[in-house]
Amino acid sequence: MDILAKERKVKELEKQISELGNSEAVVKIKQEITRYKEKEMRKLSAWDRVLLARHQQRPTAMDFIQFMAPDFIELHGDRLFRDDHSIIGGIGTIDGVVFTIIAQQKGKSLEENLERNFAMPHPEGYRKALRLMQQAQKFKRPILTLIDTPGAYPGIGAEERGQGHAIAQNLLEMSQFTVPIITVIIGEGGSGGALALGVANKVMMLENAIYSILSPEGYASIIWKDSNLAPKAAEVMKLTAYDLKEFSIIDRIIMEPLGGAHFDKVKTFQDTKNAIMEEFNKLRRLSPTELHYLKNNKIRNYGFLQRFNYDNLGGIKR
Amino acid sequence: MTSIAKTLHKRKKIKNNLKIIQEQSSFAKAQKMDVPEGLYEKCPSCNRTVNMKSNIANDYICKHCGNHFRMRAIDRIRYIVDEDTFVEKGLGYITLNPLFQDGYEEKISHYKKTTNLDDAYIYGFGQINGQQCVVGVMDSYFLMGSMGSVVGEKVTKSFEYAVYKKLPIIIFTASGGARMQEGIFSLMQMAKTSAAVAKHSKMGLLYISVLTHPTTGGVTASFATLGDIILAEPGALIGFAGPRVIEQTIKQKLPDGFQTAEFMEEKGFVDKVVHRKDLKKTLAQLLLMHRRVA
Ligand SMILES: [Zn+2]
Repeated sequence: MDILAKERKVKELEKQISELGNSEAVVKIKQEITRYKEKEMRKLSAWDRVLLARHQQRPTAMDFIQFMAPDFIELHGDRLFRDDHSIIGGIGTIDGVVFTIIAQQKGKSLEENLERNFAMPHPEGYRKALRLMQQAQKFKRPILTLIDTPGAYPGIGAEERGQGHAIAQNLLEMSQFTVPIITVIIGEGGSGGALALGVANKVMMLENAIYSILSPEGYASIIWKDSNLAPKAAEVMKLTAYDLKEFSIIDRIIMEPLGGAHFDKVKTFQDTKNAIMEEFNKLRRLSPTELHYLKNNKIRNYGFLQRFNYDNLGGIKR
Repeated sequence: MTSIAKTLHKRKKIKNNLKIIQEQSSFAKAQKMDVPEGLYEKCPSCNRTVNMKSNIANDYICKHCGNHFRMRAIDRIRYIVDEDTFVEKGLGYITLNPLFQDGYEEKISHYKKTTNLDDAYIYGFGQINGQQCVVGVMDSYFLMGSMGSVVGEKVTKSFEYAVYKKLPIIIFTASGGARMQEGIFSLMQMAKTSAAVAKHSKMGLLYISVLTHPTTGGVTASFATLGDIILAEPGALIGFAGPRVIEQTIKQKLPDGFQTAEFMEEKGFVDKVVHRKDLKKTLAQLLLMHRRVA
């Protein structure tokens, strides 16, 4: 039984409560719900987390921003081609600190998703992000990015306008900015399309978010020629927050309520905001040079490999 | 042992090590490889069978249609770098299996044997028509030239070496993209190599990237498209998403010539498409134009 089936069961029980007027029975069912969630939703498989990361009711970037920075002003366009609705950007105040906030925005309905292109950005989206980040650097403003995308959009227009170039440019520039950059992966972190907003001083992940080189479906169809094996792929790909924390790819996990962020959105927003401000308060004490150095040091050490020690080469039998 | 004997012993050891390093150089190993007389391959462009021996003599260009065949990394170096000037750097890297993926180690050791390379990228110091530079070449025969931890590290190292020596760098890209088997570690190489380009660029040094067939995925979205000058070989496939992925997404057939080098030049993402026969001359000229006057 995957997490969505379990969730349906919980929802069914909750429906029973609303139908019952009797307080004694309500208490009983409520206890049962708590017990069930505790038992069945505590330990999740990687595939469960994939399902939660893509959940219909999962809070989107705008929900986070409206809670954390109610005064957020959205700024549009890349000044070159058009405004990409799959990425939103602007300026907002979080706990008295003005941030430049950039985020990938999923839709809540099919209609909105079509407008947002399912949060799959075109090059102009990344160029808008870059423009706003350069603006942040100019005004010495910290940058917050929220990542939630299946990946950069693979289409004719995207290629014609240089998707690869746009992403590469972001990676290079983000590594060089000297203002604090904080990234939170709130849902799907899909490949280069996610990384293009994710070269940061601190990278955090919600507990049920995922971050990977390609989708489990894509992986399964390439390796096993069968996209139905996606659940198995999710296990072997090591794409959960816990795996990535162990690899030191991310710095911190932000816990979610049992069953996923949509069970208690306000708590999720509050915890996320607290984590962001905690990390920011550590970063604000560092000088621009230190921020640049530490970030680049971290980037430099990405990888998993080994090298012969030349001093011992003489000892190797050939 | 007297101190002199000790020093001599040490020197001998260093000399031995150097010899081993040189013998281990992919360049040296691969130079011993030869193409058999009767080897034929089908030209992917005009579908005619081509004798590989004579094809190599023609710089890997199809004599029927002018299609530029893929080149092995060591052939590329032999072709571009002046004879006897190439010194391979960054030897001895070992590709590991960070996610414990089935069959990955076997795959790596298979390609190590068939290509004589450590992984899909080699770099070193060399001269092009007498001008010093760092040259890096990806090899698409090694697991589609995919970028894993070792490729990312060696690309980064090559930029660092160029910074250290204050030299321009030329990189020939050929890659199917990320190394899936290394998962997130592979993705992070995009950030690492891009940051390395920035480090080199900040020093006011020249970086020329030469996009060869095929250059896609994570390599396109990192160091390949960050060159000060971006050249490409005729007909090379250049793009972020692969053509098949795009066709599946938009449910249409792609127009002819989409994502070719000429297309990318037309769209403004490649400075110049250069025929293979003119490549060395062009590179030498660009290096000369950027020569630093002390
Ligand atoms: Zn041909």
